[in-house]
Amino acid sequence: MSEQNEKLNKEKPYWNPYLSGIGLGIVLLLAFVIMGRGLGASGAFSSLVVSVENAVAPSHVQSNEHLKGYFEGGVNPMKDWLVFEVIGVLAGGFISGMLAGRVKKGIYRGPQITDKMRIVYAVIGGVMMGFGAKLARGCTSGQALSGGALLNLGSWAFMLSVFAGAYALAYFMRRQWT
Amino acid sequence: MNAPFIKYGMFGDNVGLIVAFVVGIGFGFFLERAGFGNGKKLAMQFYFRDMAVLKVMFTAIITAMLGVYFLSVFGVLDLSMVYLVPTNILPQIVGGLILGFGFVVGGYCPGTSCVSAATGKIDGMMYIVGVIIGIFIFGEVYPLIGNFYNATPMGQITISEWANIPYGVLVFAVVLMALGGFAAAEWAEKKNAGKEGSLITERTDA
Repeated sequence: MSEQNEKLNKEKPYWNPYLSGIGLGIVLLLAFVIMGRGLGASGAFSSLVVSVENAVAPSHVQSNEHLKGYFEGGVNPMKDWLVFEVIGVLAGGFISGMLAGRVKKGIYRGPQITDKMRIVYAVIGGVMMGFGAKLARGCTSGQALSGGALLNLGSWAFMLSVFAGAYALAYFMRRQWT
Repeated sequence: MNAPFIKYGMFGDNVGLIVAFVVGIGFGFFLERAGFGNGKKLAMQFYFRDMAVLKVMFTAIITAMLGVYFLSVFGVLDLSMVYLVPTNILPQIVGGLILGFGFVVGGYCPGTSCVSAATGKIDGMMYIVGVIIGIFIFGEVYPLIGNFYNATPMGQITISEWANIPYGVLVFAVVLMALGGFAAAEWAEKKNAGKEGSLITERTDA
Protein backbone atom coordinates (compact mmCIF):
# COMPACT_ATOMS: atom_id res chain seq x y z
CA MET A 1 0.00 0.00 0.00
CA SER A 2 2.66 2.50 1.00
CA GLU A 3 4.78 1.36 -1.88
CA GLN A 4 1.87 1.97 -4.22
CA ASN A 5 1.38 5.41 -2.73
CA GLU A 6 5.02 6.16 -3.23
CA LYS A 7 4.69 5.23 -6.86
CA LEU A 8 1.66 7.46 -7.26
CA ASN A 9 3.43 10.36 -5.57
CA LYS A 10 6.58 9.97 -7.58
CA GLU A 11 7.15 12.85 -9.93
CA LYS A 12 7.60 12.33 -13.61
CA PRO A 13 10.72 13.93 -15.11
CA TYR A 14 10.43 17.19 -17.03
CA TRP A 15 10.03 16.99 -20.78
CA ASN A 16 12.91 17.32 -23.17
CA PRO A 17 13.57 21.08 -23.54
CA TYR A 18 13.48 21.02 -27.34
CA LEU A 19 10.12 19.22 -27.31
CA SER A 20 8.70 21.69 -24.76
CA GLY A 21 10.07 24.53 -26.88
CA ILE A 22 8.31 23.28 -30.00
CA GLY A 23 5.07 23.07 -27.99
CA LEU A 24 5.49 26.64 -26.77
CA GLY A 25 6.38 27.83 -30.25
CA ILE A 26 3.20 26.31 -31.70
CA VAL A 27 1.08 27.97 -28.99
CA LEU A 28 2.76 31.29 -29.79
CA LEU A 29 2.21 30.79 -33.54
CA LEU A 30 -1.48 30.06 -32.89
CA ALA A 31 -1.75 33.32 -30.93
CA PHE A 32 -0.30 35.23 -33.89
CA VAL A 33 -2.54 33.46 -36.42
CA ILE A 34 -5.80 33.59 -34.45
CA MET A 35 -5.43 36.91 -32.62
CA GLY A 36 -2.68 38.83 -34.40
CA ARG A 37 -0.76 39.23 -31.18
CA GLY A 38 1.68 37.29 -29.05
CA LEU A 39 1.82 35.97 -25.51
CA GLY A 40 2.49 37.95 -22.35
CA ALA A 41 2.40 37.87 -18.59
CA SER A 42 3.46 41.09 -16.85
CA GLY A 43 0.73 43.09 -18.63
CA ALA A 44 -1.95 41.14 -16.76
CA PHE A 45 -0.47 42.23 -13.44
CA SER A 46 -0.36 45.84 -14.67
CA SER A 47 -4.10 45.62 -15.36
CA LEU A 48 -4.65 44.23 -11.88
CA VAL A 49 -2.58 46.96 -10.21
CA VAL A 50 -4.27 49.87 -12.01
CA SER A 51 -7.73 48.39 -11.40
CA VAL A 52 -7.13 48.16 -7.67
CA GLU A 53 -5.61 51.66 -7.61
CA ASN A 54 -8.59 53.00 -9.49
CA ALA A 55 -11.02 51.38 -7.06
CA VAL A 56 -9.16 52.78 -4.05
CA ALA A 57 -8.04 56.20 -5.33
CA PRO A 58 -9.64 57.14 -8.67
CA SER A 59 -8.54 60.79 -8.55
CA HIS A 60 -4.95 59.68 -7.99
CA VAL A 61 -5.14 57.50 -11.11
CA GLN A 62 -6.58 60.39 -13.12
CA SER A 63 -3.65 62.60 -12.08
CA ASN A 64 -1.06 60.12 -13.40
CA GLU A 65 -0.45 60.16 -17.14
CA HIS A 66 0.54 56.49 -17.27
CA LEU A 67 -2.18 55.04 -15.04
CA LYS A 68 -4.84 57.19 -16.70
CA GLY A 69 -3.96 55.63 -20.04
CA TYR A 70 -5.38 52.27 -18.95
CA PHE A 71 -8.88 53.73 -18.75
CA GLU A 72 -8.95 55.58 -22.06
CA GLY A 73 -11.77 54.46 -24.30
CA GLY A 74 -13.87 53.45 -21.32
CA VAL A 75 -12.80 49.80 -21.38
CA ASN A 76 -12.29 47.95 -18.10
CA PRO A 77 -8.56 47.10 -17.93
CA MET A 78 -9.43 43.66 -16.55
CA LYS A 79 -11.37 42.83 -19.70
CA ASP A 80 -8.11 42.29 -21.48
CA TRP A 81 -6.47 39.59 -23.58
CA LEU A 82 -3.49 39.25 -21.23
CA VAL A 83 -5.62 38.97 -18.09
CA PHE A 84 -7.57 36.05 -19.54
CA GLU A 85 -4.42 34.53 -20.98
CA VAL A 86 -2.65 34.58 -17.59
CA ILE A 87 -5.65 32.95 -15.90
CA GLY A 88 -5.17 30.26 -18.54
CA VAL A 89 -1.45 30.04 -17.73
CA LEU A 90 -2.31 29.34 -14.08
CA ALA A 91 -4.80 26.66 -15.16
CA GLY A 92 -2.43 25.11 -17.71
CA GLY A 93 0.46 25.03 -15.26
CA PHE A 94 -1.78 23.38 -12.68
CA ILE A 95 -3.05 20.76 -15.16
CA SER A 96 0.46 19.87 -16.29
CA GLY A 97 1.70 19.77 -12.69
CA MET A 98 -1.17 17.50 -11.62
CA LEU A 99 -0.58 15.07 -14.48
CA ALA A 100 3.10 14.84 -13.53
CA GLY A 101 2.61 14.65 -9.75
CA ARG A 102 4.32 17.99 -9.22
CA VAL A 103 1.59 19.96 -7.42
CA LYS A 104 3.05 20.07 -3.93
CA LYS A 105 3.78 22.79 -1.43
CA GLY A 106 7.47 23.65 -1.49
CA ILE A 107 10.25 26.17 -1.99
CA TYR A 108 12.96 25.93 -4.62
CA ARG A 109 16.39 27.02 -3.43
CA GLY A 110 20.04 26.02 -3.28
CA PRO A 111 21.43 23.95 -0.37
CA GLN A 112 23.18 26.84 1.41
CA ILE A 113 20.32 29.24 2.02
CA THR A 114 17.37 29.22 4.43
CA ASP A 115 13.76 29.18 3.26
CA LYS A 116 13.27 32.59 4.84
CA MET A 117 16.14 34.23 2.92
CA ARG A 118 14.99 32.54 -0.27
CA ILE A 119 11.58 34.18 0.14
CA VAL A 120 13.21 37.57 0.76
CA TYR A 121 15.19 37.18 -2.47
CA ALA A 122 12.07 36.05 -4.33
CA VAL A 123 10.21 39.23 -3.36
CA ILE A 124 13.17 41.51 -4.15
CA GLY A 125 13.71 39.78 -7.51
CA GLY A 126 10.01 40.13 -8.26
CA VAL A 127 10.08 43.86 -7.54
CA MET A 128 13.02 44.30 -9.95
CA MET A 129 11.26 42.16 -12.53
CA GLY A 130 8.00 44.11 -12.27
CA PHE A 131 9.74 47.47 -12.55
CA GLY A 132 12.04 46.33 -15.38
CA ALA A 133 9.17 44.81 -17.35
CA LYS A 134 7.24 48.08 -17.19
CA LEU A 135 10.26 50.09 -18.32
CA ALA A 136 10.93 47.65 -21.18
CA ARG A 137 7.26 47.50 -22.27
CA GLY A 138 7.06 43.78 -21.65
CA CYS A 139 8.68 40.79 -20.00
CA THR A 140 10.25 37.55 -21.11
CA SER A 141 6.94 36.42 -22.66
CA GLY A 142 5.75 39.57 -24.37
CA GLN A 143 9.11 40.91 -25.47
CA ALA A 144 11.72 38.15 -25.64
CA LEU A 145 9.47 35.30 -26.82
CA SER A 146 6.75 37.05 -28.85
CA GLY A 147 8.83 39.97 -30.10
CA GLY A 148 11.77 37.62 -30.64
CA ALA A 149 9.76 35.47 -33.06
CA LEU A 150 8.64 38.57 -34.97
CA LEU A 151 12.26 39.80 -35.13
CA ASN A 152 11.24 42.99 -33.36
CA LEU A 153 14.32 45.21 -32.95
CA GLY A 154 13.56 46.37 -29.41
CA SER A 155 12.70 42.84 -28.31
CA TRP A 156 16.09 41.49 -29.36
CA ALA A 157 17.94 44.38 -27.70
CA PHE A 158 15.85 43.66 -24.60
CA MET A 159 16.56 39.92 -24.71
CA LEU A 160 20.33 40.40 -24.91
CA SER A 161 20.11 42.85 -21.98
CA VAL A 162 18.18 40.33 -19.88
CA PHE A 163 20.86 37.68 -20.34
CA ALA A 164 23.63 40.25 -19.78
CA GLY A 165 22.03 41.49 -16.56
CA ALA A 166 21.38 38.01 -15.19
CA TYR A 167 24.85 36.69 -15.99
CA ALA A 168 26.45 39.85 -14.55
CA LEU A 169 24.71 39.37 -11.20
CA ALA A 170 24.88 35.54 -11.08
CA TYR A 171 28.22 35.47 -9.27
CA PHE A 172 26.84 37.52 -6.39
CA MET A 173 23.77 35.30 -6.12
CA ARG A 174 25.67 32.01 -6.10
CA ARG A 175 25.07 31.33 -2.41
CA GLN A 176 21.35 31.33 -3.01
CA TRP A 177 21.44 28.75 -5.78
CA THR A 178 24.54 26.57 -5.58
CA MET B 1 -8.09 31.48 -45.37
CA ASN B 2 -6.95 34.83 -44.05
CA ALA B 3 -5.14 35.39 -40.78
CA PRO B 4 -5.02 36.87 -38.15
CA PHE B 5 -8.57 35.50 -37.87
CA ILE B 6 -9.88 38.13 -35.47
CA LYS B 7 -8.71 40.96 -37.75
CA TYR B 8 -10.75 39.46 -40.57
CA GLY B 9 -13.83 39.48 -38.36
CA MET B 10 -14.10 35.74 -37.84
CA PHE B 11 -15.14 36.43 -34.25
CA GLY B 12 -15.49 39.32 -31.84
CA ASP B 13 -13.64 40.57 -28.79
CA ASN B 14 -15.56 38.45 -26.28
CA VAL B 15 -14.71 35.25 -28.13
CA GLY B 16 -11.16 36.60 -28.26
CA LEU B 17 -11.05 36.53 -24.46
CA ILE B 18 -12.02 32.85 -24.49
CA VAL B 19 -9.28 32.23 -27.04
CA ALA B 20 -6.89 34.06 -24.69
CA PHE B 21 -7.81 31.70 -21.87
CA VAL B 22 -7.34 28.59 -24.04
CA VAL B 23 -4.04 29.84 -25.49
CA GLY B 24 -2.94 30.60 -21.92
CA ILE B 25 -3.65 27.01 -20.89
CA GLY B 26 -1.33 25.82 -23.65
CA PHE B 27 1.31 28.35 -22.64
CA GLY B 28 1.19 27.36 -18.97
CA PHE B 29 1.09 23.66 -19.80
CA PHE B 30 4.29 23.69 -21.85
CA LEU B 31 6.09 26.01 -19.40
CA GLU B 32 5.35 23.52 -16.61
CA ARG B 33 6.27 20.52 -18.79
CA ALA B 34 9.67 22.12 -19.45
CA GLY B 35 10.29 22.38 -15.70
CA PHE B 36 9.90 26.17 -15.69
CA GLY B 37 7.83 26.10 -12.51
CA ASN B 38 11.15 25.33 -10.82
CA GLY B 39 13.06 28.52 -9.99
CA LYS B 40 16.25 26.66 -9.25
CA LYS B 41 16.23 25.01 -12.66
CA LEU B 42 15.69 28.41 -14.27
CA ALA B 43 18.51 30.00 -12.26
CA MET B 44 20.94 27.23 -13.24
CA GLN B 45 20.92 28.75 -16.74
CA PHE B 46 23.05 31.57 -15.34
CA TYR B 47 25.63 29.14 -13.93
CA PHE B 48 25.83 27.16 -17.19
CA ARG B 49 24.63 24.02 -15.37
CA ASP B 50 21.16 23.59 -16.84
CA MET B 51 20.64 25.39 -20.13
CA ALA B 52 16.91 24.65 -20.47
CA VAL B 53 16.00 28.37 -20.51
CA LEU B 54 18.06 29.00 -23.61
CA LYS B 55 17.02 25.74 -25.30
CA VAL B 56 13.29 26.09 -24.67
CA MET B 57 13.19 29.80 -25.44
CA PHE B 58 15.10 29.62 -28.71
CA THR B 59 13.31 26.46 -29.86
CA ALA B 60 10.02 28.29 -29.28
CA ILE B 61 11.28 31.43 -31.03
CA ILE B 62 12.48 29.61 -34.14
CA THR B 63 9.35 27.42 -34.28
CA ALA B 64 7.04 30.45 -34.19
CA MET B 65 9.36 32.54 -36.38
CA LEU B 66 9.45 29.90 -39.12
CA GLY B 67 5.68 29.48 -38.90
CA VAL B 68 5.08 33.21 -39.20
CA TYR B 69 7.59 33.48 -42.04
CA PHE B 70 6.14 30.69 -44.19
CA LEU B 71 2.52 31.63 -43.51
CA SER B 72 3.27 35.21 -44.56
CA VAL B 73 5.26 34.16 -47.63
CA PHE B 74 2.36 31.94 -48.73
CA GLY B 75 -0.04 34.83 -48.17
CA VAL B 76 -2.04 33.24 -45.36
CA LEU B 77 -0.93 35.56 -42.59
CA ASP B 78 -0.92 39.32 -43.08
CA LEU B 79 2.09 40.41 -41.05
CA SER B 80 1.07 44.06 -41.11
CA MET B 81 -1.87 43.06 -38.90
CA VAL B 82 0.27 41.28 -36.29
CA TYR B 83 0.96 43.67 -33.43
CA LEU B 84 4.58 44.72 -33.01
CA VAL B 85 5.50 46.45 -29.73
CA PRO B 86 7.06 49.83 -30.63
CA THR B 87 10.78 50.10 -29.96
CA ASN B 88 12.18 52.62 -27.46
CA ILE B 89 15.68 51.29 -27.52
CA LEU B 90 17.30 52.85 -24.43
CA PRO B 91 14.56 52.20 -21.85
CA GLN B 92 14.24 48.69 -23.26
CA ILE B 93 17.94 47.99 -22.75
CA VAL B 94 17.90 49.41 -19.21
CA GLY B 95 14.61 47.63 -18.44
CA GLY B 96 16.10 44.40 -19.76
CA LEU B 97 19.12 44.72 -17.46
CA ILE B 98 16.92 45.34 -14.39
CA LEU B 99 14.71 42.45 -15.42
CA GLY B 100 17.77 40.22 -15.81
CA PHE B 101 18.89 41.15 -12.29
CA GLY B 102 15.43 40.26 -11.03
CA PHE B 103 15.54 36.93 -12.86
CA VAL B 104 18.71 35.70 -11.12
CA VAL B 105 17.80 37.25 -7.74
CA GLY B 106 14.26 35.86 -7.67
CA GLY B 107 14.57 32.80 -9.91
CA TYR B 108 11.59 33.51 -12.18
CA CYS B 109 10.07 35.78 -14.75
CA PRO B 110 6.36 36.72 -14.54
CA GLY B 111 5.07 33.82 -16.69
CA THR B 112 7.15 31.14 -15.00
CA SER B 113 6.29 32.44 -11.51
CA CYS B 114 2.61 31.88 -12.36
CA VAL B 115 3.33 28.24 -13.20
CA SER B 116 5.40 27.88 -10.02
CA ALA B 117 2.60 29.37 -7.90
CA ALA B 118 -0.02 27.20 -9.63
CA THR B 119 1.93 24.09 -8.61
CA GLY B 120 2.05 25.14 -4.95
CA LYS B 121 5.47 26.75 -4.67
CA ILE B 122 5.78 29.49 -2.06
CA ASP B 123 8.76 31.18 -3.72
CA GLY B 124 6.75 31.52 -6.94
CA MET B 125 3.80 33.04 -5.08
CA MET B 126 6.01 35.53 -3.23
CA TYR B 127 7.74 36.41 -6.49
CA ILE B 128 4.35 37.40 -7.93
CA VAL B 129 3.80 39.62 -4.88
CA GLY B 130 7.14 41.27 -5.72
CA VAL B 131 6.17 41.74 -9.38
CA ILE B 132 2.95 43.46 -8.32
CA ILE B 133 4.89 45.77 -5.96
CA GLY B 134 7.40 46.57 -8.72
CA ILE B 135 4.64 47.44 -11.19
CA PHE B 136 2.97 49.61 -8.55
CA ILE B 137 6.24 51.47 -7.88
CA PHE B 138 6.73 52.07 -11.60
CA GLY B 139 3.28 53.63 -11.91
CA GLU B 140 3.86 55.86 -8.91
CA VAL B 141 7.27 57.13 -10.05
CA TYR B 142 6.12 57.49 -13.66
CA PRO B 143 5.89 61.30 -13.39
CA LEU B 144 9.64 61.28 -12.62
CA ILE B 145 10.79 58.76 -15.22
CA GLY B 146 8.18 59.22 -17.94
CA ASN B 147 10.62 61.14 -20.12
CA PHE B 148 13.10 58.30 -20.02
CA TYR B 149 10.34 55.71 -20.63
CA ASN B 150 9.44 57.52 -23.84
CA ALA B 151 13.02 58.30 -24.89
CA THR B 152 14.71 57.07 -28.10
CA PRO B 153 11.51 56.10 -29.94
CA MET B 154 12.03 54.13 -33.15
CA GLY B 155 8.44 53.10 -33.83
CA GLN B 156 7.32 49.62 -34.84
CA ILE B 157 10.41 48.24 -36.47
CA THR B 158 11.92 44.81 -37.14
CA ILE B 159 15.62 43.98 -37.31
CA SER B 160 15.22 43.25 -41.00
CA GLU B 161 13.84 46.76 -41.64
CA TRP B 162 16.40 48.42 -39.38
CA ALA B 163 19.48 46.64 -40.73
CA ASN B 164 18.07 46.34 -44.24
CA ILE B 165 18.50 42.56 -44.32
CA PRO B 166 15.95 40.56 -46.37
CA TYR B 167 13.40 38.85 -44.07
CA GLY B 168 14.20 35.31 -45.29
CA VAL B 169 17.96 35.79 -44.90
CA LEU B 170 17.49 37.00 -41.34
CA VAL B 171 15.22 34.07 -40.50
CA PHE B 172 17.86 31.69 -41.81
CA ALA B 173 20.61 33.47 -39.83
CA VAL B 174 18.58 33.28 -36.61
CA VAL B 175 18.02 29.53 -37.11
CA LEU B 176 21.76 29.02 -37.62
CA MET B 177 22.54 31.13 -34.56
CA ALA B 178 20.08 29.13 -32.44
CA LEU B 179 21.59 25.82 -33.61
CA GLY B 180 25.04 27.14 -32.65
CA GLY B 181 23.63 28.18 -29.27
CA PHE B 182 22.15 24.71 -28.73
CA ALA B 183 25.50 23.05 -29.48
CA ALA B 184 27.26 25.40 -27.03
CA ALA B 185 24.54 24.71 -24.42
CA GLU B 186 24.98 20.94 -24.72
CA TRP B 187 28.74 21.38 -24.39
CA ALA B 188 28.42 23.56 -21.26
CA GLU B 189 26.03 21.10 -19.61
CA LYS B 190 28.39 18.22 -20.27
CA LYS B 191 31.28 20.20 -18.84
CA ASN B 192 29.39 21.08 -15.65
CA ALA B 193 27.68 17.70 -15.22
CA GLY B 194 27.77 16.51 -11.60
CA LYS B 195 27.93 19.99 -10.08
CA GLU B 196 25.19 21.19 -7.72
CA GLY B 197 21.99 21.87 -9.65
CA SER B 198 23.19 20.54 -12.98
CA LEU B 199 20.60 19.15 -15.40
CA ILE B 200 17.59 19.20 -13.11
CA THR B 201 15.07 16.66 -14.38
CA GLU B 202 12.76 16.56 -11.36
CA ARG B 203 11.72 18.60 -8.36
CA THR B 204 14.76 19.38 -6.25
CA ASP B 205 13.47 21.57 -3.44
CA ALA B 206 14.41 20.67 0.11
